[in-house]
Amino acid sequence: MHEFRVQVGPAAFRIGSQWKRPLDQLAELYRDYPVPAIPDYTVRLEPVSLLRRFVRQSVAINGDYMLPDAAPLPLAQGLLAAEMAMNLQMALGWRRHLLLHASAVEKDGKALIMTGQSGSGKSTLAAMLGHRGWRFMGDEFVLVDLDSGDAVPFPRLISLKNQAIGAMLATALDGRFGPLMPATPKGDIRHLVPPSDAIAHMARPAKPALLLFPSFGFDPAVRDVAPSEVFMRLTQASTNYVALGERGFTTLTRFVQTVPARAIDYRDGIEAEALVNQLWAECA
Amino acid sequence: MTHDGMILVDALRDPSGTARLDPAGWTALLTIARVEQLLGTLARRLSGLPVPDAVSDILAEARVNAEYQRRSALWEADCARRALVDYSGKVVLMKGTAYVAAGLKAGEGRHIGDLDIMVAQCDLPQVETALLKAGWEWVKDDAYDDAYYRDHMHELPPLIHKERDRMIDVHHTILPLTARPRPDAAAMLADAACLANGLYVLSPADMLIHSAAHLFADGELDGGLRNLWDIHCLIDEWADDVFWAELARRAAQHQLLAPVERAVRLSHRLYGTEIPDPWRRWHRQDKHYVRRLIARDNWGRGTHKFTRLIFYIRSHWLRMPPMMLARHLWVKWRKSA
Repeated sequence: MHEFRVQVGPAAFRIGSQWKRPLDQLAELYRDYPVPAIPDYTVRLEPVSLLRRFVRQSVAINGDYMLPDAAPLPLAQGLLAAEMAMNLQMALGWRRHLLLHASAVEKDGKALIMTGQSGSGKSTLAAMLGHRGWRFMGDEFVLVDLDSGDAVPFPRLISLKNQAIGAMLATALDGRFGPLMPATPKGDIRHLVPPSDAIAHMARPAKPALLLFPSFGFDPAVRDVAPSEVFMRLTQASTNYVALGERGFTTLTRFVQTVPARAIDYRDGIEAEALVNQLWAECA
Repeated sequence: MTHDGMILVDALRDPSGTARLDPAGWTALLTIARVEQLLGTLARRLSGLPVPDAVSDILAEARVNAEYQRRSALWEADCARRALVDYSGKVVLMKGTAYVAAGLKAGEGRHIGDLDIMVAQCDLPQVETALLKAGWEWVKDDAYDDAYYRDHMHELPPLIHKERDRMIDVHHTILPLTARPRPDAAAMLADAACLANGLYVLSPADMLIHSAAHLFADGELDGGLRNLWDIHCLIDEWADDVFWAELARRAAQHQLLAPVERAVRLSHRLYGTEIPDPWRRWHRQDKHYVRRLIARDNWGRGTHKFTRLIFYIRSHWLRMPPMMLARHLWVKWRKSA
């Protein structure tokens, strides 16, 4: 078993693999991240069967927390398998913060949080803003502190999908991209190392100041969202709200009562950035 | 290292011994505890002891999880109670839910999955109807599986609640009907004790016997270290001369003396449970059981593939007579091919 360890925000991972290559790719992309001594979660990339260790190599995702019906991936997508497995540990295991399926960026100690269905553009928006004057905090999970209500960063590798890959190639630095993985179950995927300030300050939380529900592909518009709807949508965006019990309820209630929320529609990054700047000036 | 399960056994038996662990040792311990579903239990055992900061965070998380599981288990039991409010027979909670509902040490920090209840066999149609009416649905839509459960198993086919996504297993006895021992289910129900909420739990001896039967007379020993920890806690909770005499008498009545004796011996051997001398006679096959129970490496993977295979075959052998086993495996193979 080859081994790789990495600390992302407050979470520490140990990844074991029967093959060396996916771990070499991880080590290269996570080169600036700390290495933990005692990991929170263990992930294993293993052959589906002994035969599949050598022929048409196929990676099964195992670890502390597993989905019974997780489909194996070809070895060429081993890096994606590792990232999916780390996300899975967070989604199923994390109990130290209220976990929201959302992206976030920071400015002046305040956090802009974006949540929505897959395809809403929340991940691409965070990646873009993170390269245009904001500090990138994460494109997958936002961790809300159960005592202070602060947003805690989880700046794992940015997972770019389909058209977002081309858009970010024009924006981000060379040498920070992982290999292009075409035609994965999630479309074309290419990982991007977050900007260096995102990694350097990954232990620094921010006060949530604005919550956006972006929708990509519509004429630009801004709508208010009622607190009751925000609450319901965030319970759905959280994987551990129920498990945290009363503390989850208290934390989410405070979040909804103190953070202004808007839904925005946009057709491209320029429109989105203009809307974000306008709302940030009004609300945050 | 292929016997790393011992690192977990040692930590549960003597928590202060973890002071000697280095980071690699802690990593192995936490990984194995998680895969054996004993992390919550370990967190309880290590309460108040000095541990590295990273470990302390992981154990705190495990306590939150255990509390969540306790809360959901009790809630699910109450949902079943309300669904069966018009049923006049006893509804007996079993396994993890019973331990937390009765406030037993075995329930502290314990992982709890499905809800297991037991009712009288003759009342199964009434209970089944009430549960279906309250929103539970069949998991299996396969006619062979359904018929197999109804004809040969000790429980109804599993039901899942359509809104809460939680499973319930409705037992009418504690072993498959095809197994050789025939436990006295009527006596178990008759002696079950009433809780404040109107639900029941098995008598102390029967509770331990059920746990031992589950461990050594039924399955392939998956999750065995947790089951054995339950047995350790149950003995610790109740052991006195009267209990030991009752346990032996009752186990014989249920035709389960051998698995109960083995459970008691192995609990003593692995977890240091105090047991009377007559129960300590070591059996030459016990070492194979120990080997199977602790077969984990420091990545949490099962080791000793051959020992595991033998116990897998044994689990089917115990469950059904040879010709029936052959037919069952044939049908299952046909469907998978």
